[in-house]
Parts: sequence; C-alpha cells; structure tokens
Amino acid sequence: MPYKILEKKTLADNVISLWVEAPQIAKKRKAGQFIILRPNDKSERIPLTIAGVKKDAGAIRLIAQVVGDTTRELADLNEGDFIRDLAGPLGHPTPIKNYGTVACIGGGIGVAPMLPIAAAMKEAGNHVVTIVGARTKELLILEDELREASSEFIITTDDGSYGEKGFVTDVLKKRIADSAKIDFAAAIGPVPMMKAVAAVTKEAGIPTIASLNTIMIDGTGMCGGCRVTIGGEVKYTCVDGPEFDAHQVDFDELQNRLGTYREQENKEEHNCKLEGKV
Amino acid sequence: MKNDLTAKERMAIPRHDMPEQSPEIRKNNFEEVPLGYSEETAIKEAQRCLQCKKPKCVQGCPVNVHIPEFINKVAEGDFDSAQKILLDTNSLPAICGRVCPQETQCEELCILANKGEAVAVGRLERFVADTARLKAETSASQKTEITKPDPSARKIAIVGSGPSGLSCAADLLQAGYNVTLFEALHEAGGVLVYGIPEFRLPKSIVKSEIDALLAKGANMITNAVIGRLYTIDDLLDEEGFSAVFIGTGAGTPKFLNIPGENLIGVYSSNEFLTRVNLMKAYKSDARTPVIRGNHVAVFGAGNTAMDSARTALRIGADNVYIMYRRSRTEMPARIEEIHHAEQEGVKLDLLVNPLEFKGDDKGWLKSVVCQRMELGEPDDSGRRRPVPIEGSEFETQIDVAIIAVGTSSNPLIRQTTPDLPMNKWGYIEADDDGITGKKGVFAGGDIVTGAATVIEAMGAGKKAAAAIINYVSC
Repeated sequence: MPYKILEKKTLADNVISLWVEAPQIAKKRKAGQFIILRPNDKSERIPLTIAGVKKDAGAIRLIAQVVGDTTRELADLNEGDFIRDLAGPLGHPTPIKNYGTVACIGGGIGVAPMLPIAAAMKEAGNHVVTIVGARTKELLILEDELREASSEFIITTDDGSYGEKGFVTDVLKKRIADSAKIDFAAAIGPVPMMKAVAAVTKEAGIPTIASLNTIMIDGTGMCGGCRVTIGGEVKYTCVDGPEFDAHQVDFDELQNRLGTYREQENKEEHNCKLEGKV
Repeated sequence: MKNDLTAKERMAIPRHDMPEQSPEIRKNNFEEVPLGYSEETAIKEAQRCLQCKKPKCVQGCPVNVHIPEFINKVAEGDFDSAQKILLDTNSLPAICGRVCPQETQCEELCILANKGEAVAVGRLERFVADTARLKAETSASQKTEITKPDPSARKIAIVGSGPSGLSCAADLLQAGYNVTLFEALHEAGGVLVYGIPEFRLPKSIVKSEIDALLAKGANMITNAVIGRLYTIDDLLDEEGFSAVFIGTGAGTPKFLNIPGENLIGVYSSNEFLTRVNLMKAYKSDARTPVIRGNHVAVFGAGNTAMDSARTALRIGADNVYIMYRRSRTEMPARIEEIHHAEQEGVKLDLLVNPLEFKGDDKGWLKSVVCQRMELGEPDDSGRRRPVPIEGSEFETQIDVAIIAVGTSSNPLIRQTTPDLPMNKWGYIEADDDGITGKKGVFAGGDIVTGAATVIEAMGAGKKAAAAIINYVSC
C-alpha cells in the first residue's frame, strides 16, 4: 500500500505537517486514534496521533516535532515521497458526546492531536474552551485551525510573548476559581503539563482524560513496551488507550519510561556531531 | 542410487550429529548455530530409516509429513523428489526442519528410538529443503513465474502471516482460491520473524518460504491491523471475502505481576526479541535501540526464554541467568536449546522465584529479590509443585530483566468482533477443523489453543483450509 506524502508544510521551527495518502485509514479513523510509522526500512517504528483527515482525498494529517532520528528521517521526506510503512488507525477513539462545556488543553506538539478532538467535541454540541500553551510565540502551531474548532480559544506562553503569560494551568485555575462551568476536560501535551492539569481538575472534580504518547513498537498489544500504570493497574497504551482517566495515571513512571533510550540517543547524536567536525 | 540395505545393516549405522559453530565463536554472532548435513551424511542418515510399513513417525507429525517416503528419496540421492514429497503436506519444510520439537513428535515415535536413537527426521527435512532452496537460488532457469490468481475464484482472507496463516494460505492457493493475507507488522512471518532469533532461524529462509507463497499468487498486505483497519465483518460484508481464517497467534505478553515490573530495563521477551529480531537492533545501521545489559536475568524456561538469554549474550551481556521456579526436568524448552544455551555460557538458576524488582530513583532496574524453592507434590500439570523455602530470600544485581513466562490472547479482534465466541481466557472457540461459532469465520493456531508450536499451528492452518474449501464450495 502506498503512503504518499501529498503535502508538506513547516508549522514552526522543527515542526512539520504532512498530508499522507492512506484511504482506508482515512475512512476508518476517529478522533483520538493514532498510527505507527517507519519512514524508511532502517527506521524505528514510532506512534503519531492523527491530527486530521480528508476523507474525499483519502488522506490523513500527521504533525511531528523533530526530536530524534525517526522524526528527522520523517522530516527529510518531501512531497511526492513515500513513507515506508504506516499502520493504523490504532487505539480507542476519544469518547465524544455532548458533555456541556469541554476544556481542551494542549501543550507544545500536543495541540496537534487536540485539533480533531476539539472539532469533534464542538460538532457534538459542546461549548469547547481550548487552552493551548507554548514556550514562546514562535512555537505556537495551528492557531487559526484551533480557533475555528473551538467556541473559546485561549493562548498562553511561558514568556508572555503572545496571549497570556504563564501556563495553561494558570488559565484553567482562574476559570475554575471564577466558577466557570467545565463538565469534561481533555489534556494532551508534555507529561508535566498533563500531570499539572490532572491535579487541578481532580481537585475541582472535573472528569479528565489524558492522551499518552509512550514508547511503542507494534501498537497491537504484542510487546508491552507501552505499559503504564492506571489506578495501580498495568495497562497497554496501544490497545487500552491512548486516552486514560488523567486522575489515575502514574505520570512519574510514564516520565521515567519515556527516558529509557534518551542516553543512547544523545550518545549517537554526540558521535554524529563529532564526525561532522572531523 | 538404490536404498536396499537390510534392516540389520541399517540399524548398525549410528545417528549422525549435525556440525555446528563452536560455542565460543557463535556467542558473538547472530549466524545460524547448526550448519546442516552434507549430502554424504544426509544419505547415510537416511539409510538408517527402516522404512516401516506402518510408520508411527507420521502419526506424530501434526501435518502428517510422508516421512519414510521422503527419507527413502534422500537415501536414493533423489533430493528433488524428496522435496516434492515434503511439500505435499508441509509448505514450510526449511522452517519446520529447524524449529519443530521432533524429539516429542515424529522422532519420539520412531521404532529406532526404542532401541537407541531415532532417525534424525528434522535434520533430514532441513537438509532437503535447504538443498532445494540453494538449487533454486543458483539456477536462473529455475526462476518460478508468478502465478496470477484467477480473479473469478472465491476470495479468502487470512488474518496473520505466521505459521498457521501461511500453511492455510498454501493449501487454499493449491486449491485455486484467491488468497489475501493481512499482516499487522511491516514484515510477513509473524513469530518466525519477530520472535525466533536469526541464529536459530535465519530470516532469509523465512523470506524465501514466503516468497514461494507469493509466487503462487498469494496477496500479502502488511501494516494491516485487523480489528482496526478492517473488522472481521468488514472483510466478509464489504470487502468481498467468502471466508476469513484468523491466525493471529497469542501475542500479548504475560508479566510476573510483582512490584517493580515497570522499571526501565524490564522487558517482555516479545519486546526484547522484537527489538533485536524484527527491528535488527543488533545491527549498527538499524535505528531501533535496545538496552544491552551487563547482568541479565531471564524469567521462564521455555524456548522463548532460551532465545532471549542467548540473544542477550550475543548483544554483549557479561552474565545471563535463566531464573526458573522449578527444576531442570520441568523446563519446557527443547533439550537441544537448553544445551546450546548452557554451552554458550547461560547460567541456569533453578528453583528460584522472583519476588520484587528494585530500581534507582530514576526508575532504572538495579536488582531482583528472589526466594529459593523446593519441589513438593505434583500439581494439576503433573509436574512437582515448587514450594518456597522460608527465609531463603536473596538479591541479585541485574540491569536487564526479560520476562518469558508465556503469552495470552490479543484483545483487538475480541474487542471488535462481539459475535465471535471466545472462551474465558479470550481464545477463540473452534473445533478441530477450525470452525468457529461465527459463520464464515475459521481460526487456528495459538489464538485457539494458547501458545503452542510452529508445526501445531501449521497443522491447524491446514485443517482449517480444508474446512474453508468445504464451506465455500457448499
């Protein structure tokens, strides 16, 4: 099956958006699901959440931040090139229904998978309050599309270069303190952000899901590399998730496990840089 | 050449060993350990077969390979005919010759086994299949043309391209059906490519056996996760398949369920072996990382545990322990695999039960706490039950742990095919012919029986193929 790159755009420094031909996945996929891909035949398999779909064109949208070898290999592909392997849609879809008011909280690259969830929540009749955080203005992505998909749209930047200065949790806390009604929340982003959001919504009694992006190989429940602890029970992110009750997730363990190969990757990068200089 | 020795002469010939790489050399490479028979040795070994009129060995084989017939052809030096006989019943002889537990199947029932040593059926099968493959590879004229399936033939879907799916496909193709295999991973072969290591089953052999199926017109769709990309009902109702065979295997790893199992450095054998086998983490140009521990403990004592231990040695571990709660006699691995592992320096730590993994403050595995066991009365499995010895706890420093205590059924098809009857463990309920409780759906292999052997899965695939042919032609 061909997985042709139909369109490639750079959204921010080191962040790319790809529309990829995958008609059957485009037909089947629902908000919250992901795929696993391998850019070339030496690459690692990595999971990426589906950030959008064009059913008529048989295409899905993938948004990736270049953080390691595999995302670099993906970013090196151009329009017209093919992704070697792409499997999906994987995982359970987001539980979309009319909750009333839904807070969609995204941080960093996590705002990309939030886009289809916000859109689906709005379409289901919710008042969607989207709160996105970025370190600085230049790193903010998908602003227009997220604004379109939301009823209210709030931006925060760590350095105050755009929107409100501070973290997404500052906005969330303020809204809760102002007795704004939030019936359901979804959080996707860096682990510390999701952990902080979960702490705030737990105290406020707001049901919250977090979408976890773990290390994965097959994505079908075969390796167990993606295991996480949810309410004291071991779950597989690929077949039981990727979304879980944010109040039950052991975020510290997740953060540790995400670092499994960091040293190896850094070492390789270090070597590469050395070779470059020689 | 005539195969006309007397029984007495045949019985005077001793069983032939297969040459292998020496342990000191092979523990540092991923090349195959046994090197195979030479023609001369194969013929001599074949001459040992008594050519029984009512061969018991055939009954011991899950696919009933015509064993005396093929061995007779080897003894005659007619290897082409021997291969044809093998292929009559077994579509993957080069694989079965390597990974079948012959000592508990065909060879166990060999008349000579009672009087000394069985005919080396597995080694001869391997020799015949390898000889045929090498011949095909070297002669350009032998290049098989790709057969196009008849587009008007009934379409049959096969879910999973492991041993049961491949053998089911082979028989359906032979009968003229239009066969499509759906594989969830990016490469076909299932456990043959992600699970069994290169040094026990070279991937080039798996590839060539699969290529042979493709040449017969099989359609292979990789990256196709059934249950998600298509449900079983999609295949039957929307994609035009007349029947579906489910051979997905029992792919979900079991863990020990002890504290500390999510520490960094604790792998399921599936993950560890997949990283090294399928993703080639042992090669310098592959991107997939794996933790190369110095002190590695493998829990479990089946073939997968041996594969994991020997793989860990090959990627650089100083010490590899097999930690098993029973004794040597209860180890489920093939004796040959245990022997190979010990030769290479894997240490068996028997009658040992893990209690807890301990890690550092960053979540990295540092040690395992175990207790010593002793054997008590036999349990339900007939094996003597291991009983903890009070006060025998001890701690061993390790940086990688590999859990190889079995697998369970994968939830994907279960979750998405509610009307397919399953048993309480989540395995599909199917009869001996692979017929399930859902019309048009057949199943076989580990997803029906729980974890078993390659050849048993192939036997189930063959039986299901017959049942499918019967179903679609009614």
